[in-house]
Amino acid sequence: MSVQSWTFVLVGLSFALYVGLALWAKARSTRDFYVADGAVHPVVNGMATAADWMSAASFLSMAGMVAALGHGGSVYLMGWTGGYVLLALLFAPYLRRFGRFTVPAFVGDRYGSQAARIVAVVCALFVSFTYVAGQMRGVGIVFSRFLEVSIDTGVWIGMAIVLFYAVLGGMKGITYTQVAQYCVLIFAYLVPAIFLSLRIAGTPVPQWGLGALDETGRSAIDRLDGLQRELGFASYSEGGGGLLDMLCVTAALMAGTAGLPHVIVRFYTVPKVRDARSSAGWALLFIALLYTTAPAVAVFARTSLLETVSGRPYAQLPDWFKKWEGTGLIRFDDKNGDGVVQHLGDAQANELIVDRDILVLASPEIGGLPDWVAGLVAAGGLAAALSTAAGLLLVVSTSISHDLLKGALWPSITERGELFFARISAAVAVLVAGYLGLNPPGFVAQVVAFAFGLAASSFFLTILLGVFSRRMNAPGAISGMLAGLSFTASYIVYFKFVAPALNTPEHWWWGISPEGIGVLGALVNFAVALCVARLTPPPPAHLSKLVDLLRSPR
Amino acid sequence: MNERDAQLYWRSNLRYLAALLSIWFAVSFGCGVLFAPWLNQWRLPGTGFKLGLWFAQQGSIYTFVVLIAVYVALMARLEKRLGCYEE
Repeated sequence: MSVQSWTFVLVGLSFALYVGLALWAKARSTRDFYVADGAVHPVVNGMATAADWMSAASFLSMAGMVAALGHGGSVYLMGWTGGYVLLALLFAPYLRRFGRFTVPAFVGDRYGSQAARIVAVVCALFVSFTYVAGQMRGVGIVFSRFLEVSIDTGVWIGMAIVLFYAVLGGMKGITYTQVAQYCVLIFAYLVPAIFLSLRIAGTPVPQWGLGALDETGRSAIDRLDGLQRELGFASYSEGGGGLLDMLCVTAALMAGTAGLPHVIVRFYTVPKVRDARSSAGWALLFIALLYTTAPAVAVFARTSLLETVSGRPYAQLPDWFKKWEGTGLIRFDDKNGDGVVQHLGDAQANELIVDRDILVLASPEIGGLPDWVAGLVAAGGLAAALSTAAGLLLVVSTSISHDLLKGALWPSITERGELFFARISAAVAVLVAGYLGLNPPGFVAQVVAFAFGLAASSFFLTILLGVFSRRMNAPGAISGMLAGLSFTASYIVYFKFVAPALNTPEHWWWGISPEGIGVLGALVNFAVALCVARLTPPPPAHLSKLVDLLRSPR
Repeated sequence: MNERDAQLYWRSNLRYLAALLSIWFAVSFGCGVLFAPWLNQWRLPGTGFKLGLWFAQQGSIYTFVVLIAVYVALMARLEKRLGCYEE
């Protein structure tokens, strides 16, 4: 069978599985729809959280980013895993103890303020929509590259699938499909990595193959460093940006991870406080499986690419090179007209431009692996994008039906009515997300920095102070959130949209990139919240009681 | 739970958090970024990993998993000691 028929079969089978699970796990109450009845086993929830969290970006782009940035790319590996330590230690158990359905509900109740809840709803909607647009686009791109349909058709198919299981099953349906999606995506990520590791390092464990020594006493990283130096690229093991910027980006990604509403809500679905802690641990374990493999994929695929392509005559290159050239992800421009591919660190003389996403997408072909592996990677990329999209859409629908409708506009709505509106808002959210996927605002890639920065500078500190400071009150929390948000948003908007030409380290404050500015935003939030809380009356007695309750074991 | 136990529970929790988060900070921001270039002069014994790079791309992530497992175990022990462990 060809790559394309394998892709059809594997993608088709995985979709049938998701739909079947959705029919099996239909939501019957709002508690089912919002938190899967709070009856999800911590290991199952950990697996679902891992799929929820790992998006198309983790699956498709991260290894490529690490390959391109070397040591500098570690900020993504550490930032997107270290956040789970914060979640398990500082967030998940207390939010589970509180035991409501949404993050805005926690903010509203802890600070005893409808205004705080509404601000939180707006943040949640903004973060989730920016993120979900990127996922739908990712679905479209995977479809178009592997199944040769148009990107738009791909987005429509993705919408139909998500619509079906998110609207029908709510959190319950999403949880079980996410477990299946995790299995598909991790299998799809590990199989090519194991093949590559066997071929390049002679061991089936990629994490080990990365550092294992060969007969000459050199590791795969040493060999890549040597190749990179020969061609004038920065060495893999030493590359990196400014030290302060690396620290800030890592911290912003960690805080952002812990503050993303679609991740936090997953911890409402386990039965006990203790389960919330262990569930975060399981989630990180499942995530670590992919994240520790990513640098191995980066090094192996990059080495294979340099060895098979660089310095070879164009006419003798393997078939996959020409196939991916057709998608525009590989561009070869024979500047000196000698018919040989010169891939060099010097931008003037370099003739080959390789898109970062290709390292994972094309790794089966670069490594000369069987055709079914390529089909598997397509199914894995779709699983990663769909699972994240569904989790985000659920946050959007609960924010609307539970926080806005039931919480503020129509408190007397019946259980059935609320469930009905939860389904309607999920459906509308899918359509809006699909629209954004079909007509992407030119800045989908840019808004990822936005989502993390905003989560780090708003939710992260507001929840943290809500648990760990008894003195923090509504005026403090609201002014802190608004100050942190507006500071971070203006910095990002200035460098990304107003003056993109100035977006270089010389113009950044203390060399901190827009990706890392969320940390300063969080500090601004902290300072403002503390000052305002000191100058205004302490929270009333019943709210102090609530804090005591959060801190108690049961 | 009486007032004294509740205070003991919360204080112990804060102590655990301080200890575990110091390690969290040290392996990622410390070994993985600040001291990575200095650590790179050594290699992880038996392998070709430069130590700083290993912490940044592998070691810190493994440590994170262990940290959460330790926290789960510490809290379970504390809750059993105070008689508030949920079966």
